[in-house]
Amino acid sequence: MAYTFQFRDVFAQKDAIVDGMVVTMQLSGVTIGLGFVLGTLVAIVLVYGRPWAVALARVYVEVIRNTPLIVQLFLIFFGLPGVGIKLDVTTASLLALTINLTAYTAEIVRAGFDSIPKSQIEAGISLGLTRPQIFRHIVLLPAIKNVYPSLSSQFVLLMLATSVVSQISAADLFHAGSIIQSRTFRDFEVYTVISVLYLCLTLIMRGGFGLCYHLLFRRP
Amino acid sequence: MIRELALLDLYYLVLAVRWTIALTLLALAGGSIIGLLVAAGGASHHRLPQWLARGYVGVVQGIPLLAWLFIFYFGLSIVGYDLPPLVAATVGFSVYAGAFLGEIWRGALIAIPRTQWEAGTSIGLTYLEQLRHVIIPQAVRIAIPATVGFLVQLIKNTSLAAVIGFVELTREGQMTTAATFQPFAVYLLVAALYFSLCYPLTRYSRILEGRRRAVR
Repeated sequence: MAYTFQFRDVFAQKDAIVDGMVVTMQLSGVTIGLGFVLGTLVAIVLVYGRPWAVALARVYVEVIRNTPLIVQLFLIFFGLPGVGIKLDVTTASLLALTINLTAYTAEIVRAGFDSIPKSQIEAGISLGLTRPQIFRHIVLLPAIKNVYPSLSSQFVLLMLATSVVSQISAADLFHAGSIIQSRTFRDFEVYTVISVLYLCLTLIMRGGFGLCYHLLFRRP
Repeated sequence: MIRELALLDLYYLVLAVRWTIALTLLALAGGSIIGLLVAAGGASHHRLPQWLARGYVGVVQGIPLLAWLFIFYFGLSIVGYDLPPLVAATVGFSVYAGAFLGEIWRGALIAIPRTQWEAGTSIGLTYLEQLRHVIIPQAVRIAIPATVGFLVQLIKNTSLAAVIGFVELTREGQMTTAATFQPFAVYLLVAALYFSLCYPLTRYSRILEGRRRAVR
């Protein structure tokens, strides 16, 4: 193999990499926050909503979960201007990612609601708790606790999936890779470095979620 | 040259579905081989294969699929092969599918109680006979719903092969968009085609899951 790896050219562009990493973290953070709140709301509709609302939420969840993220992104960024809605790159990225994550979160949290035995709720009623109290302490928090592992791995997958927004030229970490590639022509080295950075982000997120679980759900 | 979106475009999009399916099947085949190794390693009682399997899964699942595709696309050409995108895509998706299938199948293997192995030993079966007649038939029943579920992920993710220039459904959609300049209609169609591939599988996976629960 007559190829010499040259990482120096790549590391010389570390400003671009750092900027991209910040954008990836911002995109992931905002999307996870929005996706969690909205997804929980959709899950509430799925379980407690009126029949028409349940049907609507079901269609939304199934359509999003059975089509690729990149097609959803293209539809929003390239397709919507055709019907008169023009979005800039960041808005389109955030919108596509949030719509996507909300559907997945809704399905996971719904499974969490289903995992709460009816007898628990009856126990709450017999203790004289109000409906909001029952929902909060007996349904919501234990449900989130039960599905915490799937929820947190879904969030990590989302962070990795944000790389797709580079395809509409959002300036994320992956896009930084393609910029450096076009400046240095060191494609293999560039994507190795980018991959290692994503791996670091993944490990940090997994560690963070593990810590959060401890802080949130530890029994006193 | 800009032209109208015609019935012919729909025909080409439907034809492109063949390549999405072909790539999915190739990745499933490659991913199954890697996945079996990962599952066997992860479920074994020795340290080294366990670490290797866990390390493989951790690294593959910690890096975006897009990055894997680029690494194999550019990496294979460095080693001196000028390979068509199909090969790079197949390798990339196999590596990716191997990690997820390996995790699913490892879970199924370790879900079989130890006593089943011991029962096999007590009636004089060899290790391989135990696997063949006792363990695998039970593990397969557990693994199939999740495997079908992952197949849906795989079909959707083959859309990323478009970025390394492999002409499957999404890439065909991009090209149709460039010719007709009607991205909204085209991507809606593309999404509908993906949905018609994935939704039946999702339903099937859910039915299988329900049946398994009923058996228990």
